[in-house]
Amino acid sequence: MIKTTNLNLFYKDFHALKNVNLRIKEKVITAMIGPSGCGKSTLLRVFNRMNDLVEGTRITGDVLINDKNIYCPDCDLTALRKKVGMVFQRPNVFPLSIFDNVSYGPKVWGITNKTTLSEIVENSLKGVNLLEELEGQLKQPALSLSLEKQQRLCIARLLAVEPEVLLMDEPCSALDPISTAKIEELMVELKNKYTIVIVTHNMQQAARIADEVGFMLLGELIEFDKTSKIFTNPADEKTANYISGRFG
Amino acid sequence: MFKIKPKTTQVIAYSVLLALTVITIAVLVFIILFIFKNGIRELSWSFLTQPTKEMGKEGGILPSIVGTLLVTLFSIIIATPIGVGSAIYLTEYTKGGAIRRIISFGADCLAGMPSIIFGLFGFIFFVIMLKMGWSILSGGLTLAIMILPTIIRTSEEAIKSVPNAYREISYSLGGGKLDTIIKIVLPTALPGILTGVILGIGRAISETAAVIFTAGSSLNMPTSLFSSTRTLAVHFYILAREGISMPKAYGTATVLIIIILLINFIAYRLMHKFISKYY
Repeated sequence: MIKTTNLNLFYKDFHALKNVNLRIKEKVITAMIGPSGCGKSTLLRVFNRMNDLVEGTRITGDVLINDKNIYCPDCDLTALRKKVGMVFQRPNVFPLSIFDNVSYGPKVWGITNKTTLSEIVENSLKGVNLLEELEGQLKQPALSLSLEKQQRLCIARLLAVEPEVLLMDEPCSALDPISTAKIEELMVELKNKYTIVIVTHNMQQAARIADEVGFMLLGELIEFDKTSKIFTNPADEKTANYISGRFG
Repeated sequence: MFKIKPKTTQVIAYSVLLALTVITIAVLVFIILFIFKNGIRELSWSFLTQPTKEMGKEGGILPSIVGTLLVTLFSIIIATPIGVGSAIYLTEYTKGGAIRRIISFGADCLAGMPSIIFGLFGFIFFVIMLKMGWSILSGGLTLAIMILPTIIRTSEEAIKSVPNAYREISYSLGGGKLDTIIKIVLPTALPGILTGVILGIGRAISETAAVIFTAGSSLNMPTSLFSSTRTLAVHFYILAREGISMPKAYGTATVLIIIILLINFIAYRLMHKFISKYY
């Protein structure tokens, strides 16, 4: 479970997240929606401390994952990022072979045994329904795959380090509708095992796959509730305006 | 007033650019053909494998071939790790800022410095102060300093062009900074880094002024890193300058050009093999 209390984030002078309080439940899909620049990607990058890479970022408040404060001063950053994996907007596969892409994570975690690595790679590819399609092609360059398969591969690459939480930052925005549908199916399948937080511009997507939805505006979390509630009977007028397409 | 049709402008632009390209290639081809025409008849097995006799008027150029390769190899072995290391430091560890700009500016200045200045420095510092004498060691170290800026700058550009997303993904998988650099950033930047190294080899192998001061001009076969040697470029220079033998001078130049072409050819083949593997 992810829990934030009075979370504030500043980029230098810019107040990017304002007093965000939310609870994300385990093993469900939570979608964050809102217009561009509302801070939903920033919020996502709080959960694996990716914002630390940007200079001038300051955070106040608490972020707990499974009751552990992830912003403690002596926290193991790499262990956190292993536990909280991230899928990016563009399917950024490494210019390496398919096998080496998936085995990269386990390798940096010290697994060198070839049989173990093969097993991990196979299981991870199986987890994203790629194993059969790519049988015997694992030595091929990952960049030769279609965009959709590349994005699946990126997810497989994450699964290989056995995360608990999957953060997805508009994972389908570079894909066509058919590929998007396949990735969505995959996400629904994956929620049995993982806690998934997805940031999306696509409200239909949020409605289709998410169990809970958070609506953000100008750095504030306006509303957070069950998907059906948000889309049929939102409590806040701003949410209602946004989902009915009156702005954003 | 008359108006030029857009199509005519296109044709003119195309022709001018084509002409400029042809001029560039033509100059290159002319130089190479000119040297080859004068030097090719000197080429023979004995020219390549015999020691030099009578100051170069007779015999072959084997000691100079060996000397050239040793000096160049030594300089590359020294300069590549230092250059790539600095480039990594500059791009991955300094966050932009003043230090990086100052070092980059310094590297650019060094790259534009006349090579004879490096020669003089090498002579005073390595040959005299450190008592290395005229030797492959002094020559190699001097050349290493000379080509360092080239390697740093090209490696820096290559590393900077690695998409930041790769680094983020590596971190997001729990990779540390060093894992990310060694396993992701460097392999991705390798073709660019290699280009810098090739440029460095080209500069080092054909250098005259910097090595004549530091490696000397001995015609003996080098026996160790402390032997003085006369590189092909220096040999060519002395043969021509002192009027010892123009045919032998052209022969030497031909061999030097062939060696450079060979090194470039092999390096580019290696690079393509690497690139085509994953792209």
